[in-house]
Amino acid sequence: MKSLDELDKLREKLQAEMRIREGQPDTRVTVAMGTCGIAAGAREVVTALLEEMKKRNVKGVTITQTGCAGLCHYEPLVEVEVPGGERVTYVHVDGDKAREIVLEHLVNGQIIKEWTILKK
Amino acid sequence: MSSVNLTIDGKPVQAEADATILETARRAGIKIPTLCYLEELNVIGACRLCLVRVEGARALQPACVARVAEGMVVRTNTPDVLQARRLNLELILSNHPRECLTCPRNNNCELQQLAADFGLEEIRFEGEITPYPVDDSSPALVRDPRKCVLCRRCVAVCEQVQGVSAISVQERGFNTIVAPAFLDPLGSVACVNCGQCALVCPTAAIHEKDQTAAVWAALADPQKHVVVQTAPAVRVSIGEMFGLKPGEVVTGKLVAALRHLGFDRVFDTDFSADLTIMEEGSELLSRLKEGGRLPLITSCSPGWIKFIEHFYPALLSNLSTCKSPQQMFGALAKTYYAQKAGIDPADIFVVSIMPCTAKKFEAGRPEMNSSGYQDVDVVLTTRELGKMLKQAGVDFDSLSEEEYDDPLGISTGAGVIFGATGGVMEAALRTAYELVTGETLEPVDFTAVRGMAGVKEAAVNLNGTELKLAVAHGLGNARKVLDAVSSGEKTFHFIEIMCCPGGCIGGGGQPIPTNTEIRAKRIAGIYRADREMPRRKSHENPAVQALYKEFLEQPLGYKSHELLHTHYEPRGQF
Amino acid sequence: MELYRSHVLVCAGAGCISSDCQAVKKSLLDSINRLKLDKEVKVVETGCMGPCDQGPVMVVYPEGVFYRRLKPADAVEIAEEHLLKGRVVKHLIYQTPETGSAALTFEQIDFFNKQTRIALRNTGIINPESVEEYIARNGYQALGRVLSKMTPEEVIDLVKKSGLRGRGGAGFPTGLKWEFSARAQGKPKYVVCNADEGDPGAFMDRSILEGDPHSVLEAMAICGYATGAGQGYVYVRAEYPLAVQRLNLAIRKAREYGLLGENIFGTGFGFDVEIRVGAGAFVCGEETALLASIEGRRGEPRPKPPFPAQGGLWGKPTVINNVETWANIPPIILNGADWFAGIGTEKSKGTKVFALAGKVNNTGLVEVPMGTTLREIIFDIGGGIPNGKKFKAAQTGGPSGGCIPAKHLDVPVDYESLTELGAIMGSGGLIIMDEDTCMVDLARFFVEFVQDESCGKCSPCRIGTRRMLEILDRITKGRGRDGDIELLEELGRGIKAGALCGLGQTAPNPVLSTIRHFREEYEAHIYQHRCPAGVCKALTVYVIDEEKCTGCGRCAVVCPAGAVSGVKKQPHHIDPEKCLKCGTCMEKCKFQAIHTL
Ligand SMILES: Cc1cc2nc3c(=O)[nH]c(=O)nc-3n(C[C@H](O)[C@H](O)[C@H](O)COP(=O)(O)O)c2cc1C
Ligand code: SF4
Ligand code: SF4
Ligand code: SF4
Repeated sequence: MKSLDELDKLREKLQAEMRIREGQPDTRVTVAMGTCGIAAGAREVVTALLEEMKKRNVKGVTITQTGCAGLCHYEPLVEVEVPGGERVTYVHVDGDKAREIVLEHLVNGQIIKEWTILKK
Repeated sequence: MSSVNLTIDGKPVQAEADATILETARRAGIKIPTLCYLEELNVIGACRLCLVRVEGARALQPACVARVAEGMVVRTNTPDVLQARRLNLELILSNHPRECLTCPRNNNCELQQLAADFGLEEIRFEGEITPYPVDDSSPALVRDPRKCVLCRRCVAVCEQVQGVSAISVQERGFNTIVAPAFLDPLGSVACVNCGQCALVCPTAAIHEKDQTAAVWAALADPQKHVVVQTAPAVRVSIGEMFGLKPGEVVTGKLVAALRHLGFDRVFDTDFSADLTIMEEGSELLSRLKEGGRLPLITSCSPGWIKFIEHFYPALLSNLSTCKSPQQMFGALAKTYYAQKAGIDPADIFVVSIMPCTAKKFEAGRPEMNSSGYQDVDVVLTTRELGKMLKQAGVDFDSLSEEEYDDPLGISTGAGVIFGATGGVMEAALRTAYELVTGETLEPVDFTAVRGMAGVKEAAVNLNGTELKLAVAHGLGNARKVLDAVSSGEKTFHFIEIMCCPGGCIGGGGQPIPTNTEIRAKRIAGIYRADREMPRRKSHENPAVQALYKEFLEQPLGYKSHELLHTHYEPRGQF
Repeated sequence: MELYRSHVLVCAGAGCISSDCQAVKKSLLDSINRLKLDKEVKVVETGCMGPCDQGPVMVVYPEGVFYRRLKPADAVEIAEEHLLKGRVVKHLIYQTPETGSAALTFEQIDFFNKQTRIALRNTGIINPESVEEYIARNGYQALGRVLSKMTPEEVIDLVKKSGLRGRGGAGFPTGLKWEFSARAQGKPKYVVCNADEGDPGAFMDRSILEGDPHSVLEAMAICGYATGAGQGYVYVRAEYPLAVQRLNLAIRKAREYGLLGENIFGTGFGFDVEIRVGAGAFVCGEETALLASIEGRRGEPRPKPPFPAQGGLWGKPTVINNVETWANIPPIILNGADWFAGIGTEKSKGTKVFALAGKVNNTGLVEVPMGTTLREIIFDIGGGIPNGKKFKAAQTGGPSGGCIPAKHLDVPVDYESLTELGAIMGSGGLIIMDEDTCMVDLARFFVEFVQDESCGKCSPCRIGTRRMLEILDRITKGRGRDGDIELLEELGRGIKAGALCGLGQTAPNPVLSTIRHFREEYEAHIYQHRCPAGVCKALTVYVIDEEKCTGCGRCAVVCPAGAVSGVKKQPHHIDPEKCLKCGTCMEKCKFQAIHTL
């Protein structure tokens, strides 16, 4: 540790991981992980999301899971909810789509409409 | 150091800025009671009897540690102060056996005095007294923890003055005790039996092992020929037991008193001190000449001997092989004197009157029976002799002076000064100088080695050889010299070491109190006695000369080796 | 560090360790591996979360769901349901004692949401073995800021302005202490952390050391900078091996990151910390005794002055602060003096951590703003008194403290208010007593403790506390005498006035305060030979209710003293002379015919 700056940089990097324990209004990414979701590949989606977020150093995002959302034939389902913003549900997500969602939606703030069921 | 102004009990006083309230009050003639306090050595604020009120301070302050400050207002006798002290003393007494009437320190006890001064009428707490058994494992000293007030003065002396640390505070709370580590018995640890702890103990929690009964029994036994020897230092201190001034030389009265008690012969350790000079002086000269181990270190002080055996075994061969004067005397009393007087040595009973508790241990060393019997049968301290005289109703001061008996009572001034630090060195120089140079030494006084400085160094020119000398008293000072010698930092030819501060006049068997001031007075008495002697060099002692002619033949001769020399053994550090 | 979608915090504080959280953790890890969740879920062992009687506990993030009283099998269920499928396992979450309604998360539990966590900000939340997690939560920011942007004087000024006072017992203003040391002559200077924590039942310092060791190290380095010291010592009792281990690790990690050692943040300032393990005597927590012990001497207090700030370790200027005091420093630096001074009361700023114990529903560690009332702590946070019993008194400050009776329940807990009531803030022990507690017996318990722990140096404490114990002993044994209460009061006042150190000066507090608030209980023991709470055995008389006794004779069989006599099928009788008051008969009677008077 050569300077305070260096500490700041390190801290920012590390905070990404710790945000999860802060209970602050974060962007929430929810993956439906009922039996159906898991069968449809929800696990790979979660892994892909995590990897991509780390790669792009995305902060302020928590990933949670829910049970079956009742839309089994759309699984895997990923919901993205930005604080104060709308809730976006992506359907039939796979690993590649998940990575794309991270880049476009979480980093650039662009919803990939064609993959969603839009809710109010 | 700048000075400050304060008031104590309304009296304006001035004091150095770092002075304590206690010192300042004492100087101003205001008495504050103390129990654990021992000037410079033990300033720990533990007994809480010196509490005073300092205006503005939240709590009462211990005067012994609290420092003065500019404008301070101190009250030493307000009701709250007196009540707090009183309760503390009452508590201390509640944990004390209160057997004053049958206590060895009856009438000479600081706790008793405090109780009298405070005018306590009742001890309202009747609880337990810290239950530890008496430890009489030591040949010289008895520890009675029940009487201990845990002032720690003994611990401070043993550690800081003597550098021995044989005893320390052990356990906690109500079970706190001063004892050797692991509560080992005192007789089994590196205690050197110096008795300095007993000197500073305010109560009878450490005291000499009383052996007066054995002496009374011997005196009463018609079969026994009881001879007594008196150490040099006793003649300047025994008077204190009878209200005389410290340092007053009472040799003649001492002799008369001993005769009065019924000793068959009253002899003088000064005689064998002169003899020691003959032997040790010759040893020094021979080591110088023949390249023997140097420095030569004196061996008269048994506490010192045990110390070096424990802590500096590597230096044992530097010790003179001479026995101490007490033991030389014992060996001769049961050989030379027995022959001369035509008495069976088995019937001779040798009593020593010593300023020293370590002498009790020395007399019991297994090697100290070269006469075929235990050379010295019983060693009494100055204090024990005082007790015997009181028991016998001797009115000491009104005795008329008497002379020592022949032949072992004949001595010179050189023998007397063995009692003070530097004395052995000075006596040895008086003789060695003449033996080597063939010239008479004028004046005989070697003031460079006198006085209370802890370590004294000097040099003397002996026929072209520069002899380097050192004198140390108190084992802490001895350590300094030995460490300097061991590390090669200093070289000496001859070193005198006395176990006790001030030399034997400050020995652990001397009257209580023994403090710096009293020590200085006794030393002055020793040199006064020396000046008054007709002969002041050991080799001029006619009885010693006769001894060599009739019996020993020559210093370091065969018989001398048999009777007057000894050997040492390393002991563990613990 | 890796990103995970979920963090599971398993409390490994003292309480949870003793209820075997390790087995729960192992079972959780096994399940996570089995379910292949190990890339998504991170399991973190933390320091004490506080609610010790609920242990083993764990919290699952991001939801913050709080699970408690877990067994290994429960962990399997949590993994399968919550971690895999996102379904909260309802039967394992906390129920509020009064309503029995379930609380899902930390925030919904009064025990947590009434607390304000400054000293405990990280404890139970981060992995104490990870300096990274500490850094992520602003760790070492304060040190960095101090070293690169503040002068030592500014640091001291800020700590002074914050109003922070020592949490180790005496409540001395921390900034002032630092200033004394900074101004004192003598080099080198030292910084010491007092982690002796000898108050029986207290464990806040331990929890901080085990749960957030870096906060103490960071604070010590800040103080080193402010006072000009380059070396620190943490004095920990040997009974805290885990704290020692975590501290050692923390020191090593901090050195690796260059946060301790030479030239920290390239500023040229160097500071290092060593651990000293103490033998665990209560008196070694007293600062001068502690310093003596670090120096290798017998752990015994000495008179002050000189105070450690002037002449401490090896006679050099030394700042010694308590663990909790240290833990407050970094947030004060980061958030400012005003922020801290805005919490608490006029003279007592910030928060205090208490170890809540005794007859209260929620025991454990709680941190509340100064000035919170005793009632709020006991009833809102502590959930009240169990089994519908009545609150009788609270003991603050452990053996050095005093009791506070029910009528003072609304006292704001701060230094001054407690002292006024004859209690003290102390280090934060808070023992709640219900109507079944005998106050004389309580006083006796504490006096027995202190008289055992007295170092034995000064006479009032060494002998006086023993005499108090003896008097209390005879009172509880029914041999109390007229005048004993007055004698206890005189002794107590005398010991307080006369003792050398804080141990003796406070040792009589439990006695004096119980006499002050519960004098009638002492009188009942002495004059009526009665223990109103039915605790003192010697004063308890066992009797058989003739109405209920069927004469089955079971009591006579089990009585070890042969004190019960009677004819079969006739009411039996207990001979009070022979009775040992062991209570066996009462336990064994099937008809509840035996009771005490
Ligand atoms: C008998 C006794 C025991 C003490 N024990 C502790 C202790 O365990 N931990 C502690 O921090 N302070 C203890 N103290 C207080 C310390 O002496 C000292 O006041 C404290 O460490 C200063 O730190 P602070 O100002 O941060 O509170 C104790 C005091 C006494 C008299
Ligand atoms: S006799 Fe000397 S060495 Fe032995 S304990 Fe006493 S002071 Fe120490
Ligand atoms: S033995 Fe004597 S000097 Fe030593 S602590 Fe006890 S009372 Fe004091
Ligand atoms: S008050 Fe007690 S603990 Fe403190 S110095 Fe005195 S004896 Fe030791």
